[in-house]
Amino acid sequence: MDSCEFSQIEQQLSPVFEQHGYEAQKLLQILLDVQEIYSFIPDEAITYIANLLSVSRVSVKAVVDFYSFLSFKSVGEYRVLFSDNITDQMLGKNELMQYFCKKMWLEPGKVSEDNLLSVDSTSCTGMCDQGPAALVNGWPLTNLDQQRLDLIAKLIRDRNPVSTWPAMLFEVKDNIYRSEILLGKPSVAGAAIKATLERGVAATLSEIEASKLRGRGGAGYSTANKWSSCRTSPGTAHYIVCNADEGEPGTFKDRVLLNSYADLVLEGMTIAAKIIGATQGFLYLRGEYRYLRRKLEEVLAQRRTAGLLGRSILGELGFDFDIEIHLGAGAYICGEESALIESLEGKSGRPRNRPPFPVTHGYLDQPTVVDNVETFACVSKIAEYDSAWFTALGTAQSSGSKILSISGDCARPGIYEYPFGVALYEIFDDCGAEDVHAVQVSGPSGTLVSCKEFRRRICFEDLPTAGALIIFNRERDILQVALNSAHFFAYESCGFCTPCRVGTQLQKKIIDKISDGYGTAYDLEELKYIGHIMRTMSHCGLGHTAANQVIDMLDKFPDAYKNKLKKLVFEPAFDLDRALEKARKITGRDDKLAHFP
Amino acid sequence: MSKNFTLDGKVISFKDGQTIMDAALTAGVYIPHLCHNPKFIPHGSCKLCIVNVNGRNMTSCTMPAGNGMVIENNTSALNDDRKALVQMLFVEGNHTCPSCEASGNCKLQATAYYLEMLSPHYTHFYPPRTVDASHPDIFLDLNRCILCELCVRASRDVDGKNIFKISGRGIGSHLVVNAESGKLGDTNFAVTDKAARVCPTGAILIKRRGYKTPIGHRIYDHKKINEIQAESDHE
Repeated sequence: MDSCEFSQIEQQLSPVFEQHGYEAQKLLQILLDVQEIYSFIPDEAITYIANLLSVSRVSVKAVVDFYSFLSFKSVGEYRVLFSDNITDQMLGKNELMQYFCKKMWLEPGKVSEDNLLSVDSTSCTGMCDQGPAALVNGWPLTNLDQQRLDLIAKLIRDRNPVSTWPAMLFEVKDNIYRSEILLGKPSVAGAAIKATLERGVAATLSEIEASKLRGRGGAGYSTANKWSSCRTSPGTAHYIVCNADEGEPGTFKDRVLLNSYADLVLEGMTIAAKIIGATQGFLYLRGEYRYLRRKLEEVLAQRRTAGLLGRSILGELGFDFDIEIHLGAGAYICGEESALIESLEGKSGRPRNRPPFPVTHGYLDQPTVVDNVETFACVSKIAEYDSAWFTALGTAQSSGSKILSISGDCARPGIYEYPFGVALYEIFDDCGAEDVHAVQVSGPSGTLVSCKEFRRRICFEDLPTAGALIIFNRERDILQVALNSAHFFAYESCGFCTPCRVGTQLQKKIIDKISDGYGTAYDLEELKYIGHIMRTMSHCGLGHTAANQVIDMLDKFPDAYKNKLKKLVFEPAFDLDRALEKARKITGRDDKLAHFP
Repeated sequence: MSKNFTLDGKVISFKDGQTIMDAALTAGVYIPHLCHNPKFIPHGSCKLCIVNVNGRNMTSCTMPAGNGMVIENNTSALNDDRKALVQMLFVEGNHTCPSCEASGNCKLQATAYYLEMLSPHYTHFYPPRTVDASHPDIFLDLNRCILCELCVRASRDVDGKNIFKISGRGIGSHLVVNAESGKLGDTNFAVTDKAARVCPTGAILIKRRGYKTPIGHRIYDHKKINEIQAESDHE
């Protein structure tokens, strides 16, 4: 685009500022809108935004540079991003993307010369039960096949606005196959808040404590302990944050909770606000789930009308609380609670040093509770019923139920709610998985489980999970599973600390080398040591877990890599003949003399 | 009653609010570090200062000291892992000690010697990085930047100029300059700024000073970094 087109920038951006205001915390939200208007962030906009928000230009640029859905250069009128989770690949993502690029005469990662289109991969979009999936200008496309891509190609060539495309392309199903206490029994909006007010705040907190509820994001910290600490921490304001940055590949249960059980989640946040004394809450919605925003705004509006949000909730004087939706912009690291808070403040999502923890120094340095979507849903149910009803399900240290997002090789991929303690083999029967070879529990940051371990149970005592469960049958190449994870972490590392920034890259390079057939026994030892460095020296959970799939593969699936190794002790990753490939491409030669013997 | 912890068996006392690193440096004990400088707000990114506290690894420059902590620091296991981190820093950038003006004054190089690093071990990344010579008095050579953010902190917190910032993500993280052109010459950066003198490597070099102190007469040519830092860092 020509710079003269930006002479109207003030006029074009004034509605954006009218909507978001002029606080520095709104920077990321403003940038997302600017990206949508221009399909990139023009330099002129950076200057304008920096002036209006009273921040330095370089701070604005650093934020643009951090998030994958923002860019300095145009990504075309249409940007198609194929979800790159292992489940999408198993459903043919790579072939489909190649097909589409060929059809559109385009190379992945590049913008067409007429600025019409760009095609690229993106981290898991959370549609693993209905993939292969993609995003077009931020809107989710599901169940992609050649036929659908032909239609999409035509729509793009004819320059049809995405808003006019056939609805069936964007259909997202809940696919709920098994329900327990959360998904089974519908709740009346407001019932849990009413029960909380009747019981009293202290008694409700005691009830949550008695329920032994642990955070559903994976770490499993006691919810009552977290809330008690936050409640007693001094501050000028307290905040409630719902972590809906569901970025762990293979996880999509929060998407379903927000789509069909939003009241349950928002009600849990409202109860939390009453307990810790917050008047402001945020729902941090991952950028990939932007399509849910309108629906969620409607639910919020209904709740305000019904007196369940806003001033004097349910008529109780002084019970004021409201919730704002904050969009993410493509960064897995923002699922880490302190990185999420940085992002909420409009900055790059780099995890903070801890201590201090968010319960004492969170959003704007004030006491903040950050909890997973499912945790808030559990709180609603506990408040509405009681702790005994909740602890009737589950195991000694893992009370209640867990919602699993099941995908991969099974007949019925989707959402399954189980009591904690369910064994893997029981799950296989329900979802129709046969000839199972391996299971990835809790995504790339979780555990890769082999068939010798299928009696293991989903619970904090054995296999903790944030909800992802990906099934691989005997046909699958486990090396590809580890390779997919290694690439994912190398792409998603925030870059703050040395071990993760460099370690994830080294890990990726070595896995690539093995996959290319140049690996040796030496490389296996290298992978183990780099994994050890990342696990023990990294700044946050991303680095601590970035080697999990690779180490599990090395320990449990020797067949996945043994026959790919060269017998030598050492083999350089550098290959003379491969290095000439670029030169061959430029000169158009492929004869014998253009190759090393 | 004074509070204390043990570091490799030695009893070290501390005041409330001190980190493990603060207390160790006050007591004259060296914990390897690159992004830390006691004059600035701790950053905790290089991870060289990780120590083992009661069996768990913790970043000593950001972790508050606690009464009764049992801490391991100078062990071969930790030093091996620290060496791997220094090797990672070497291969992700373009560090050519023999031709670098900072050689002998460079904390990265001196730490590598201290940890007995004999080779970079990992395959070099050879990233394309820029050299900015636009400023009349200062070179900015990003080949040598290790992302410690000392210049970011110095410029923001001491000089009050906010000239530097880290941009990008992951391995693409890089230092940027706060000017519309992105050039150091278009900022009010001055050779007298604190930020011009805090770089632990040779990423920020003052012009026309090259080799004024000959090789062989530089800070770490005579003493190891552990001897110097335990003495001088905590003025």
